[in-house]
Amino acid sequence: MSDRHPRLIVLTTTIIALVFTVLPLPTWLAIVRPAFLVLTVLYWSIMIPRAGGLLLGYASGLALDVFQGSLLGEHGLALAFVTYLAIRLHLLMRAKPLFEQSLFVFAALMVYEFLLWVIDGWSGHPLSTPTRWVHAFTGALIWPLVVGILGRFRTSR
Amino acid sequence: MAVFGPDVDRPLYGRGPSVGLRFTVYAILSIVLMYYDQHGHWVQRLHYALDAAAYPVQVAVSSPRAAWNWMTQSFQTRDALQAENKRLHDQLLALEMSVVRQDALEQENAELRGLRAALPPFIKKWQLAEIISVETNPLRQRVVINKGTADGVTLNQAVVDGSGVLGQVARVGPWSAEVILVTDPEHAIPVEVTRNSLRSIAVGSGNTGELLLPYLAINSDVKGGDLLVSSGLGGVFPSGLPVARISGVRREPNQLLAQVRATPLAHVERDREVVLLQFEPSHPAAPAPTPPIAPEVAPVAKPAPKISDPDE
Repeated sequence: MSDRHPRLIVLTTTIIALVFTVLPLPTWLAIVRPAFLVLTVLYWSIMIPRAGGLLLGYASGLALDVFQGSLLGEHGLALAFVTYLAIRLHLLMRAKPLFEQSLFVFAALMVYEFLLWVIDGWSGHPLSTPTRWVHAFTGALIWPLVVGILGRFRTSR
Repeated sequence: MAVFGPDVDRPLYGRGPSVGLRFTVYAILSIVLMYYDQHGHWVQRLHYALDAAAYPVQVAVSSPRAAWNWMTQSFQTRDALQAENKRLHDQLLALEMSVVRQDALEQENAELRGLRAALPPFIKKWQLAEIISVETNPLRQRVVINKGTADGVTLNQAVVDGSGVLGQVARVGPWSAEVILVTDPEHAIPVEVTRNSLRSIAVGSGNTGELLLPYLAINSDVKGGDLLVSSGLGGVFPSGLPVARISGVRREPNQLLAQVRATPLAHVERDREVVLLQFEPSHPAAPAPTPPIAPEVAPVAKPAPKISDPDE
């Protein structure tokens, strides 16, 4: 099934991830909530770069901008950049054990948040707290879980 | 922004431009979008249209919470309902009593000010709106409500709940609007202490239960328990709306400014419904007629110079 309709699976899982990302949660949970959308886009960029590709990352980022009320293009740019990284390194990443993948994911999430932080400062929202970086840790921690769940979609035929 | 080496991915993709080139295109597109969104051009209209498209999804996403609220309300016990009914009844009586007094005071006030007729009602229109999504993190304290331009909501409209000021409208979509809460770190509200009319500015702390008053001198006359009401400066909030109560004052001898904290009176975390207010602009208690805050700057109510006497 996934071989014939990889795009469908990619799109469906990305939309579900978007819903989990914008779901209203209590403050403390929202702080530790991993960036599900970024993780999903990273996964598909590494595993099937042809199905989603850069456009998936960019479009997801723009959707995030609309839902979170940030500047249009802010998340788009940040997410397109980490998607670009993932696509460039996808052959390398696929061969790595999960632990090293998690380290890469951590770095990618930090880069993503760094870009958002830079754009925030540049556009006149210079306030920042250390808590904004927390999701990079939790994201790297649940990466094996993401691989497990999304991998199930990929291999189901 | 980045130098892209020879394209190693081309064999995989076969056709179409390289990933690096496409990323560059998206990056430039993003920067153009952000620039024009920031400076309020056609992109804002695009953003507005996208807001409208996102609205059904927002409603769907917050539906579990709404369903839970509905469930808890439907299965309340009879005793609980009766108790609530009694409480509301008592509250109504108390409010009626205070309204009677208020009318007399208003009349007296009008006479003292030398006005011939009593003033028009101060609040021209109030509108109930439901909260459909909440974002309370240390960087952004916003709620989305289910009323937009279609219902006459305008930018920088004051939003209150039953007990105090909640915030102001920061962004309006066709059927929804985003409200920046007083506790958002980018929000500031001009306030005065009711006890002695001391004016200051209360800034959001990023924490749902706290406001900060960072501009009070160390010898200023504030103490715990003081009530803060909006001072009417700044052009957004009218004077006299309750905002917060001082929860703590710390004075360190080696500093010029006191560290003052206050607890907002509005139940930011618990509210489901909010009230949007529209004022009679000719009323003396209406916000000072400063020029409206341009949409492209952060919706912060800045302190305006003292207004002239309203009845001159």
